[in-house]
Amino acid sequence: MRHVISLLIENESGALSRVSGLFSARGYNIESLTVAPTEDASMSRMTIVTVGSDEIIEQITKQLNKLVEVVKVVDISEAAHIERELMLIKVRATGKDREEMKRTADIFRARIIDVTDASYVIELTGNQSKLDAFLGAIDSSLILETVRSGICGIGRGDRVLKI
Amino acid sequence: MVLTGAEIVIRSLQEEKAEYVFGYPGGAVLHIYDALFQQENVRHVLVRHEQAAVHAADGYSRSTGKVGVALVTSGPGATNAVTGIATAYCDSIPLVIISGQVPTAAIGQDAFQEVDTVGITRPCVKHNFLVRDARDIASTIKKAFYLARTGRPGPVLVDIPKDVTAAKAEFEYPAEISMRSYNPVVKGHHGQIKKAVQLLLEAKRPMIYTGGGVILADAAEALTKLTRMLGFPITNTLMGLGGYPASDRQYLGMPGMHGTYEANMSMHYCDVLLAVGARFDDRVIGDPNHFASEPRKIIHVDIDPSSISKRVKVDIPIVGDLKEVLEEMIRQLEAGTQRPDAEQLAPWWKQVEEWRSRECMKFKNSDEIIKPQFVVQKLWEVTGGDAFVTSDVGQHQMWASQYYRFDQPRRWLNSGGLGTMGVGLPYAMGAQLANPGRPVACVTGEASIQMNIQELSTCKQFRLPIKICNLNNRYLGMVRQWQQLFHGGRYSESYMDSLPDFSRLAESYGHIGMKVERPGDVEGALREAFARKNDLVFLDFQVDPTENVYPMVQGGKGLTEMILSAEDL
Repeated sequence: MRHVISLLIENESGALSRVSGLFSARGYNIESLTVAPTEDASMSRMTIVTVGSDEIIEQITKQLNKLVEVVKVVDISEAAHIERELMLIKVRATGKDREEMKRTADIFRARIIDVTDASYVIELTGNQSKLDAFLGAIDSSLILETVRSGICGIGRGDRVLKI
Repeated sequence: MVLTGAEIVIRSLQEEKAEYVFGYPGGAVLHIYDALFQQENVRHVLVRHEQAAVHAADGYSRSTGKVGVALVTSGPGATNAVTGIATAYCDSIPLVIISGQVPTAAIGQDAFQEVDTVGITRPCVKHNFLVRDARDIASTIKKAFYLARTGRPGPVLVDIPKDVTAAKAEFEYPAEISMRSYNPVVKGHHGQIKKAVQLLLEAKRPMIYTGGGVILADAAEALTKLTRMLGFPITNTLMGLGGYPASDRQYLGMPGMHGTYEANMSMHYCDVLLAVGARFDDRVIGDPNHFASEPRKIIHVDIDPSSISKRVKVDIPIVGDLKEVLEEMIRQLEAGTQRPDAEQLAPWWKQVEEWRSRECMKFKNSDEIIKPQFVVQKLWEVTGGDAFVTSDVGQHQMWASQYYRFDQPRRWLNSGGLGTMGVGLPYAMGAQLANPGRPVACVTGEASIQMNIQELSTCKQFRLPIKICNLNNRYLGMVRQWQQLFHGGRYSESYMDSLPDFSRLAESYGHIGMKVERPGDVEGALREAFARKNDLVFLDFQVDPTENVYPMVQGGKGLTEMILSAEDL
C-alpha cells in the first residue's frame, strides 16, 4: 500500500510543479516529497512517498515516466531499501525536563545542536517510525516546534538509480 | 548568422517546413509578426479569436498528419488558446503553439497582459517551455516539434518573452535533437507480438477494436491488411473512424454509447479482443466492471504505456508504434505455418450477423420534416463518401459519425476527448487550407456553430469554400435528449431562443446562405452547394427538434444494456 518512489528529473524550473501537478490532477496521494540536485547538478533526485493499490502505483510510475523531464523512475520499496528522514525539534528545556530531554535524546541517538537557557534544538535522523517514536517518548507539552524533511530513500546493495 | 529572436522564430518554423501559422497579433508578439511580414515561406492565417487559431492548426494537423502551428500573444491571447490546446491534448494531436510573454524583467510583476502561460497550460500540454535567452530559441523550437510529433503526439507550447524576441543571437538550426529523458518506444516487443499472434489464431470469437491511435500512427493500411488476413470483425471508435473502411463487410460500425448493437455485443462477448490505439474510455465500454464481468483475453497495442491496464486489465500488453507492431504481426502471420481458420470463425460470424440483422441504425424518415440522419446520409451520397467532414459536439456529431461512412483515415475531424463545441468551423478551415480544391463539410448545430461563428470572416478573407451543414433543431439537442430521458423532461436552459437567420448571417459575411426546410429539398441544396466550388455555403437545415440519437448506452451502464430506439424506452 505504501510505496517509496525515487526518480531522476532534469533540474529545470517548473519540473517540481509538473510532478506535484500530476499527483493533484489525477487524485494521487503524496505523503511526502523531497527533492534536491544530485552530484550531477543538471539532475535532481526526488523521493515520493505515496499510498495506493497496485493498479494506482502502476499508473503513478507510468504517468511519471511520461513526463518529458523525468529521466528515470523506480519504486524502491519493491525491494530491500533504506529510508531516512531528518527531524529538527525545538523543545522547552528547563528544570528537571532539561536533563530528561538530554537522556531521551541520547537513547534515540539524537543530537542537541542548539542550546539556550530555556530550550534545545534536537536533530534526529531515522526512518519515519523512529521519528514518530521519539515524538511519542517526550512530553508533548514541551514541544515548541518540529520540522521534518520527508523521506529520502535508496536501494540496498547493488541496486543503483543512475542514468 | 546573427538574427533577432523574432527572426530566429520564423527561420526555425521555415526549417520545420511549416506551411501555415494560425494566429492573432498583439503587443508581446509584435517583433515576431514583424519578422513574419518580411518573408514569404510561412503563411499566416489571421483568425478572429485565438481559440480558433489553435483549432484550425489542429484541423490542419488531423487532416494531414503534419504538426500544426499557432501563434498567439501574451495574457488573453494565451488564455483564449487554452481550450484549443486542451482539445488537441485530449486527442493527442501534434501542435506547436508559440505564445508571446511580457518582457523577462516584467515577469511576476503583474504586468499588462501578463499571465503564467506555462503554469496555466501545464496540465494540458505534452510539454511546454519558457525561453529566457534568444540563443535557446532555435533548439527549443526544434525540441517542440520533435516532442509534438514523436511518441504519443500532443501539443507543445513555447512561451517567449518580448525582449527575447528583440535580442540578437547566432542562428543555427540543430540538425538533430536527443533528450536523455525522452526516448519513446518504437518497436514492439517481439516475444509479446508472437504471443499475441498465437492467441489471435486460436480465438473462436475474436474482435478487433481500434481507436484514434491508428489514425495518428498512419497505420490504417496495415490495420486493414491485418484485419482482412485474419477475417475478424472490427469496430473503430469515434476517434478511429476511417482506420478501417466503413463500407467493408467486416466492419461493424462504431462501438460505445452511441455505437451499433453488433459492435457493442461483439466487444462484450468476444473471447479475444485485439485493442489497437484505443483506451477503453467511459464513452466506449461504459461501466468497466460490467465489461470485466464477461471473461475474454485482451491484447492491447499502444504507444503510451500509461494507456494500458488503466481502465481494464490487459493480458498481452504491447508498447510500440502501431504501424510497426501491426506490420510485425502481418510478417509473423505470413511466416508462420498456421493460417486463420474461417471455419473456426463461422459460428461467431453467424452470431455477429444475427446482431447486425437488428439494423439498429434504421430510423423513421419523414416526408414532412427533415430528419437529421437523412441530411448526413445525403451528404455522404452527394460527396461520394470522399469529403473531409468536421463536426462540433452534440447530437449532430453522433449522427455524422453514424451515417457518414468513412473509408479512409484523416477524413473525419471531431473533438472526441474533450468534446469541445466550436471546433467544427476552425477544423474545416485547417482541413481546407491543407487540402485545397477538396470538398470539406462542417456538420454542426445551431448552438455549436455560434461558439466560433466569427470565423466566417476568416473564411471570407482566405476564400475557404467550406460547406456548412447546420442541423438546426433549435435545441441544445444532446442536453435536451438527456433531460428528456433522465431528468423528467424538464428542459432546463436547453432551448435556443432568439436564433439569428443563419443564411442571412452568412450572407452578411459575404458567403452564400441557404435555408432548407423540406426533406425533398435536402439533396438538391447539397448538390448546389458542392457545385459552388469557390464559395462557402451555409446550409441551414431546419430539422426535427424532437429527434434523439440511438442506439444508446446510458452513462455508467454496461455495453449490452442498450436502448436501440425510442420504442425501448
